Amino acid sequence: MNLKRLLIVILMPLFVLQANAQDKVVTGKVTNASGAPIAGATIKIKGGKSIGSTSADGSFSVKAPTNATIEIVSVGYSSGQMQVPANGVMNFSLQPTTDTLDEVVVIGYGTAKKKDLTGSIAVVSAKDFVKGQFTTPEQLISGKVAGVSITPNGGAPGSGSTIRIRGGASLNASNDPLIVIDGVPIDNNGISGSANALSLINPNDIESFNVLKDASAAAIYGSRASNGVIIITTKRGVGGKAKFNFSSMTSVYTPSGKIDVLSAAQFRNFVNANGKPSDIALMGTANTDWQNEIYRTAIGSDNNISMSGAIFGKVPFRASLGYLNQQGILRGGRLQRTSAAIVISPKFFNNHLKVDFNIKGAVTENQFANEGAIGAAVGFDPTKPVQSGNNRFGGYWEWLDPQSTTGLKSLAPINPVGLLNQRDDRSHVERSIGNVQFDYKFHFLPELRAVLNLGYDISKGGGTVVINDSAAQSYKRFKDVNNRFHGGVNNAYRQTNQNTLMDFYFNYAKNTSFGNIDLTAGYSYQAFKTTNFNFSDNTFNGTKINSPVFPFDIPENRLIGFYSRLQYSYKGKYLLTATVRRDGSSRFSQDNRWGTFPSVAVGWRIKDEFFKNTKAINDLKLRFGYGVTGNQDGIPLYLYQPTYNLGSNQSQYQFGNTFYNIYAPAGYNSALRWEQTEMLNAGIDFALFNNRVTGTVEYYERKTKDLLNAANQPAGSNFTNIIIANVGNLINKGVELTLNLAMVSKKDFTWDLGFNINYNKNEITNLTLSPDPTYVGNTFGGFSGGTGQTILINSVGHPRGAFYTYKQIYDEKTGKPIDGLFEDINRDGTINSGDLYKYKQVDPVVFMGINSNFTYKKWNGGFVMRANVGNYLYNNVRSGSGTVRNIINPIGVLRNGSTEVLESGLSGNGEKYYLSDYWVQNASFLRMDNINIGYNVGKVFNNKANLRLSANVQNVFVITKYKGLDPEISGGIDNNLYVRPRVFVFGIGLDF
Amino acid sequence: MKRFILKTAALAFVVASIFNSCTKKLDLQPTNDVTAAIAYSTPLGYKQNLGKVYGAFALTGNYGPGSGDIAGIDAGTSDFFRLFWKAQELSTDEAVVAWGDPGIQDFHLMNWGPTNPMLQGLYYRSLYQISVANEFLRQSTDDKVASRGITGVDATNIKQYALEARFIRAYQYWVLMDLFGNPPFTTEADVVGVTIPKQTTRTELFNYIESELKAIETPMIAAKTNEYGRADKAASQALLARLYLNAKVYTGTARYNDAITYAKKVVDAGYTPISNYTQLMLADNHTNTSENIFTINFDGLKTQNWGGTTFLTHASIGGSMNAADYGVDGGWYGIRTTKSIVDLYGDLSTNQDKRAMFYNNGQNKEINDLTNFNDGFAVTRFKNKTKAGATGASLTWVDIDMPIFRIAEMYLIYAEGVTRGGTTGDIATATGYINILRTRAYGNVTGNIAPGQLTTDFILDERAKELMWEGFRRTDLIRYDKFTEGTYLWPWKGGAKDGTSVSAFRKLYPIPSSDLTSNPNLKQNTGY
Repeated sequence: MNLKRLLIVILMPLFVLQANAQDKVVTGKVTNASGAPIAGATIKIKGGKSIGSTSADGSFSVKAPTNATIEIVSVGYSSGQMQVPANGVMNFSLQPTTDTLDEVVVIGYGTAKKKDLTGSIAVVSAKDFVKGQFTTPEQLISGKVAGVSITPNGGAPGSGSTIRIRGGASLNASNDPLIVIDGVPIDNNGISGSANALSLINPNDIESFNVLKDASAAAIYGSRASNGVIIITTKRGVGGKAKFNFSSMTSVYTPSGKIDVLSAAQFRNFVNANGKPSDIALMGTANTDWQNEIYRTAIGSDNNISMSGAIFGKVPFRASLGYLNQQGILRGGRLQRTSAAIVISPKFFNNHLKVDFNIKGAVTENQFANEGAIGAAVGFDPTKPVQSGNNRFGGYWEWLDPQSTTGLKSLAPINPVGLLNQRDDRSHVERSIGNVQFDYKFHFLPELRAVLNLGYDISKGGGTVVINDSAAQSYKRFKDVNNRFHGGVNNAYRQTNQNTLMDFYFNYAKNTSFGNIDLTAGYSYQAFKTTNFNFSDNTFNGTKINSPVFPFDIPENRLIGFYSRLQYSYKGKYLLTATVRRDGSSRFSQDNRWGTFPSVAVGWRIKDEFFKNTKAINDLKLRFGYGVTGNQDGIPLYLYQPTYNLGSNQSQYQFGNTFYNIYAPAGYNSALRWEQTEMLNAGIDFALFNNRVTGTVEYYERKTKDLLNAANQPAGSNFTNIIIANVGNLINKGVELTLNLAMVSKKDFTWDLGFNINYNKNEITNLTLSPDPTYVGNTFGGFSGGTGQTILINSVGHPRGAFYTYKQIYDEKTGKPIDGLFEDINRDGTINSGDLYKYKQVDPVVFMGINSNFTYKKWNGGFVMRANVGNYLYNNVRSGSGTVRNIINPIGVLRNGSTEVLESGLSGNGEKYYLSDYWVQNASFLRMDNINIGYNVGKVFNNKANLRLSANVQNVFVITKYKGLDPEISGGIDNNLYVRPRVFVFGIGLDF
Repeated sequence: MKRFILKTAALAFVVASIFNSCTKKLDLQPTNDVTAAIAYSTPLGYKQNLGKVYGAFALTGNYGPGSGDIAGIDAGTSDFFRLFWKAQELSTDEAVVAWGDPGIQDFHLMNWGPTNPMLQGLYYRSLYQISVANEFLRQSTDDKVASRGITGVDATNIKQYALEARFIRAYQYWVLMDLFGNPPFTTEADVVGVTIPKQTTRTELFNYIESELKAIETPMIAAKTNEYGRADKAASQALLARLYLNAKVYTGTARYNDAITYAKKVVDAGYTPISNYTQLMLADNHTNTSENIFTINFDGLKTQNWGGTTFLTHASIGGSMNAADYGVDGGWYGIRTTKSIVDLYGDLSTNQDKRAMFYNNGQNKEINDLTNFNDGFAVTRFKNKTKAGATGASLTWVDIDMPIFRIAEMYLIYAEGVTRGGTTGDIATATGYINILRTRAYGNVTGNIAPGQLTTDFILDERAKELMWEGFRRTDLIRYDKFTEGTYLWPWKGGAKDGTSVSAFRKLYPIPSSDLTSNPNLKQNTGY
């Protein structure tokens, strides 16, 4: 809470605003052609500074010199101008621009006009964000951008998403896009005690997302651009009169579903029918729905206040404060976030020096519910009660074995409610991201600017895990030297991240008779430093089980880049962008450290060539780009160096009477170098029929070579048998279409429909140093149930992440799988690993988003839908729990399981059934992500404020054939997902 | 414009020099991991590195029981002895397992292939330990030791360590020779990460192991005088004895005279059996130094892993067995034995041989379902309890050390050498040795045999009893031509309930496909 207090202290003086003596109060309203108010339009003195902006109802009230000309600027509209009239009342009706072509788009290290873009850049600004209550910002653009898939990782408060742009370019290196917030590339790795790095950013502070998809757009970020770049720009002050915005949302979260397991009655019937008398005797008399016991209806509130204006009437600033308090639907989970942001943008020396000063901070208090309870609730016997009626094990019913030391039956499941209630895991995380940017326009040469950007991303996280020593989950887990037992957990964890950034570049921009030139050249230095503190493992009463050998570890990595870019346009029709970036990474040895990443792109505005006077065609542009980007994220930091690591205290070796901590040589690969992706992009942008139809069609190819890939090493040649090495090639090819339709555009009624679709084909073309057709591939994807088994494979000629399975044989009459019968694919007479085959894939082949918005008088509404096609999931919930063997367990306990057992009745015997293709299920889906409705009440409180009301439902419904709880799970394996809540949100917004 | 160019150039120069100093910032070192120069800077450092040369036997990784040196296999199952045991025991009449881990049933059904993850794990584990030993030898040359300022007793000790590293390497090459026949071959002369190992043949490898062991035999520390846990002269001689006993299988040429000679050398070094056979595999069996020649050391608190004797103890427990009786917190319902072994003792109700350590309450002697723990008698050899009956330090990870060589094996080698026609020993001594073991087994002389009863086949059964589950059975059955042949069958041999023969190529395990792919020098063993 200290940060909060600090921010209040910082913010207070800013609220005391100086009103400069101006000559006249000017009031008015800004509307669009159909009369709808335009909020947030900037009000400027023509050719001068900004003096204010419009509120949500389009109205404004500013002071201006009597004879000044007022200019209104709003994104998407041509600017309006008018001289201040005698009565001071000015109403503007702005025409939409010939689309948004003059819109300024943030690109890496600079900006460009949208019409001059040659790369594939998608912009989603605040007005187009998905509406609702979101804890993490990436949800704001879910389903909005072609080629960008955002898969939430689960339903826990603040849990993040897996973001993939055009399918991801790597196998073992990172596939996450680079995220840049106000010029500071952030660390994707997160921090202990926080579910996700982005959850510390308040979505309400965000102005726009710009997604750089192809090489031409992203190559300026060279080293980290292979998976695309998402540039997040936060809201800035526009100067003028102080304006406040307050919003409050209250949300109700309900579990969107339950895993289908046997009811107590079904369970009884099943055990009576299939069990031995000794199994039947194990049943109890209760009827417990364990999933009901662990989930709840949760509530949350999200309150934000922001203020923008000018300090001393001159220096634009914006400050905001947010407080989010969200319960998790899994009992006991909770996220509380206090966030604050401040942006000050002063100018000096006659506007020659612009300074942009940004600080964002968040303090999060988390209580993590024990997610182990989710699987336990699926598997726990429904005939048992929650409470045992006695005090042992905290009063929870558990499987007992009077002979065992703990009194608990070994290998038996633990009471899910006990798992939840007896574990206390809480953390406190602070994070601050900030930067200061100096943008100096040279006095002697105004076309030349020097920009220095200094940024940081610092976070500190820590927490404790406490489990009472009466809890079954860690009962009597340690025996001390006196043979006394100690149970429970009393552990701590702590981590700090310190990431710093220094960017310096020159920009030279000049319009000449032979074209417009914009030249940028610069240098970037980024350092990532994490400190992990090591703690001992303690029982509840503080007895040390073991201590760490080292008190802390400080993994570090650094990146240095030199970059330059030329943007050239001739007659506004012929466009050229060329970039080159040279990057060095501390992850590679001196010999392999540097990589050069060039790109070139051309654009041709056909509209201005052939259709200058064709009214039906508002814009037509052809783009073509090619470039190379690099990747080194996600691999170990020091892998190129030979090192020795000292083992932990549990891994000592005894000589004589002494135990020694032992030194092991680590495997290394001194030849490690950049993974490189060649990207090709061709696109057409179009706007037709008075901009009623706008869109983009793009084709792309991404060829990754020198894949950073976990490759087998010749046995005996290194200190590991699998090491990350540059082996292999991967191709992604795809088509994207974005189409926006203004279906109705009338004064009182507008209706927009947006549609985007991506088709992506992904194929591994090589995985070995020398061609080897016999090489099966790299298997991965462990799942629960089969120790050491894997279900996925990367294999040449197949997409990344194909399933690697036995082919199930089915009963022709009933259509049910025949227990333990698989096809002998290689016809050698036995069923063994030679009969595994590659089946389907994890990634969707097609994914799309559909969104629509309408306004009717004071009402507005909309929805967002998303669909994935061609993605499959391994249903580990069913394979792991839906068998006879799981329910009537040979170790002498009963477990519940999926209703699968009633459908197919598989025994669960043998080792192969887990790998049956029967469990690989089509997870294509259509999801109604969001339905929202809003009402603009208008002036309230004596016309002093404007009030808006909204309501929406998130995660409304899913249409799918998939038999599990939720078809949208990244990674291909469905195992005890924290069910995503369905959220009902009610919000009010107040501008004053 | 000129001024601008000048200024820009000056600025560029300043900026460039800043950048230049910055690029050095890309040289980063890990915080706690160190270079060889530091890890080997002191005598203690050498010992800690020697700790890994040995520890690679006992541990799966350097960071507790969940960590793994070997990738591509579940860390918990990646230790040496658990994998070696599966390859040597599950493939025979001595053991069956109930689990469904990938590849585990292939052993008893005798249908393993080159992608079997456990064979792959064992192969990589052995070569890993060889690589670690090679690295130790690279760092232990006289020049290296001297350059680090280590002299006198410390330098002498390091010479001993190096001999022991060569012993460990020879042992693991023996494992590879015995199981895989023709593995890749690498020594300290190779460059890490650069040299791609060449394939060796079984005969070449036999000669190499023999020459290495003979070279270190003399300078190694005398028998029974080294620190506990470290190999001495007797260990190298014991391995030579084992090597010679199986020489005919490895090279086609019998070496029984040498086997007898080396077994005798170990016996004469003064090893004697402990008095009680049932106390061989207990939590405090590190005190059995009169019997054990060389052991893999485990400890419930300080040397933890999920394999080795922790596996053998937990996995043996299931059914109606009470885990607390075995000093652990629970059974894993895994491994049992077949009636072929049980029947060696005749009628169990009248049997006097204490080596029949079975648990049959609720267990069926017949195995109808390999995956049902109740089918097949359980085995009670491994107990995490001391001789005095106290429980080991941890209920999860056991304290039992695993003998790799113990004197009983030397007696058996001597006797078999004699019955197979070796002339460096005599039948009287051989019978005397066997009777030492049988007197211990029966607790009296009623089980003793006369010289006329000592036959080669008798010794095979004696080995099954004496060395049960110690990792010998596959090698023994191959030496007796009973492993793949139809002349001796056991339940579920070759995948048939009553047993069936399998192709002779299965006397060798396949080279893992993963290595065939990454090492172009390798050729697969015949038949796979």
